[in-house]
Amino acid sequence: MKGVYLKQKVSLFVYIEEGTDRIMNLTDIIGPVMVGPSSSHTAGAVRIGQIARKLLGEPAANAEIFFHGSFLATGKGHGTDRALIAGLLGMAVDDAAIPDSFRIAAEAGLTFSISGIDLGDAHPNSVKMRLTGKSGKTLETVAASVGGGQIEIHELDGLAVKFGGEYPTLIVHNIDKPGYVTEVTAALAKKSINIATMQLYRASRGGNAVMVIECDQEVSEEFIEWLAQREGIIKVTYLSLANGREENGKEYGA
Amino acid sequence: MYKSLEELCKLEASEGKPFWKIVQEDDCRERGITPEESFAQMQDMYEAMRYADEHYDETLLSASGLVGTEGKKMADARANGTLLCGSFIGKVMEKALKTSESNACMKRIVAAPTAGSCGVIPAVFLSLQEERQIPAEKIVEALYVAAGIGGVIGSRAFLAGAAGGCQAEIGSASAMAAGGAAYLAGGGAPEIANAAALALKNLLGLACDPVAGLVEVPCVKRNVMGAVNAMTSADMTSAGIFSKIPPDQVIDAMKSIGRSMHEDIRETGKGGLAGTPAGVAVRERMAGLD
Repeated sequence: MKGVYLKQKVSLFVYIEEGTDRIMNLTDIIGPVMVGPSSSHTAGAVRIGQIARKLLGEPAANAEIFFHGSFLATGKGHGTDRALIAGLLGMAVDDAAIPDSFRIAAEAGLTFSISGIDLGDAHPNSVKMRLTGKSGKTLETVAASVGGGQIEIHELDGLAVKFGGEYPTLIVHNIDKPGYVTEVTAALAKKSINIATMQLYRASRGGNAVMVIECDQEVSEEFIEWLAQREGIIKVTYLSLANGREENGKEYGA
Repeated sequence: MYKSLEELCKLEASEGKPFWKIVQEDDCRERGITPEESFAQMQDMYEAMRYADEHYDETLLSASGLVGTEGKKMADARANGTLLCGSFIGKVMEKALKTSESNACMKRIVAAPTAGSCGVIPAVFLSLQEERQIPAEKIVEALYVAAGIGGVIGSRAFLAGAAGGCQAEIGSASAMAAGGAAYLAGGGAPEIANAAALALKNLLGLACDPVAGLVEVPCVKRNVMGAVNAMTSADMTSAGIFSKIPPDQVIDAMKSIGRSMHEDIRETGKGGLAGTPAGVAVRERMAGLD
């Protein structure tokens, strides 16, 4: 298989809808049902927590939270702190218990610390999180609430990425060598999984790289397990949007 | 999403379907759902609005302590018969306060179109249903009317204070509620579009200048103004008073005004009321909280 040389932080496929908003529909105009006061600072923070929990792949036992910019300046008044913890606990944006999330966290065995940070030119509504799961899995991420309750993950385990958590998302960490993109995309095609968007990032040439693949269909557990066993694949994280699956976001190590 | 109220008026005339039905069919097409599913979801939204209104907690204060308990004060004044506006508009004001205060106090609301403007539509629709005994189904149809207007405004201009100032939030909510009220008063598409235009015209240029960046001051009381403005716009329409500027052009004017607004008055919590000595004092007090 012929490899592909890729520059750092460059999106490979031109059909990525770069910077476009999600298409608005009627339920965005009248709705969503949410706990106030702010779609960006409250509902968006809940969503960030939810997605981070799914990416971690298990309930969090400890969370170190660092608010940046407007999240830091006005988060207290918007309940951003309680909203983020609510999301980490798996609550939805309309859960009436969001204001009580600190107390519920204590009951659920989630400890956390919250402080401020300067992330430079990061999005004003950004938060950095260091999560440790119940079984010891870890995840470090920077996420932003980009308006109207929509969010973006901007950093994952030290690598810059960009995805919104609105598609089933496959995140593959691999050694930066030729052939991995072809192998993964060919395997997805064989399973009739259509790729909506795909991005490639790497820390350094020949170092660790990451593929972020947003899919139109859910990826099966077997596929992910198979992929995680391939040589040169360091870690596979999967964000499932399937309903009723509390164990979303399983992480598989080779 | 339709991009023009004029187009919706033409469709109502040419297809012989009511405005709300055209909006619903568009929703079904875009989301691949049946009219029944779409209607049930809209009904859920209305029920959530009613729930928020009925479960208003008169003891709560917002995080800053700036808002809360005002819905109760208005309810008391209405009960005492001391309001100059009378009982009906008193009810509209009371409900607008209750829902938007609930939002500020971290209770569950329906963003319509935004969380900051969540009190306008329920204030108008719930009051009309209660006072005029309008069937709930008819109110859900009016919600489609409101959503259709919001869709056009969102497509042509914006619905976020950060993008276009408060005119984009309370102004849009008021236009949406006015159109729905005009429909409930028996109006067709021309009346719906006209009421929306009248309501939005009155709020053009409104700055988004929340004190300490919080959805509290002036947001809560602006919901009252947006709701009352929707009622007067619907009544002007019923009286045969029409906007001299076509509805789509009013929306375009809102966009051009929003584009030229300084960022200090686009939800940054810097200019306007937020920048007054009293507003700055609140911000400093909030910064010291921990």
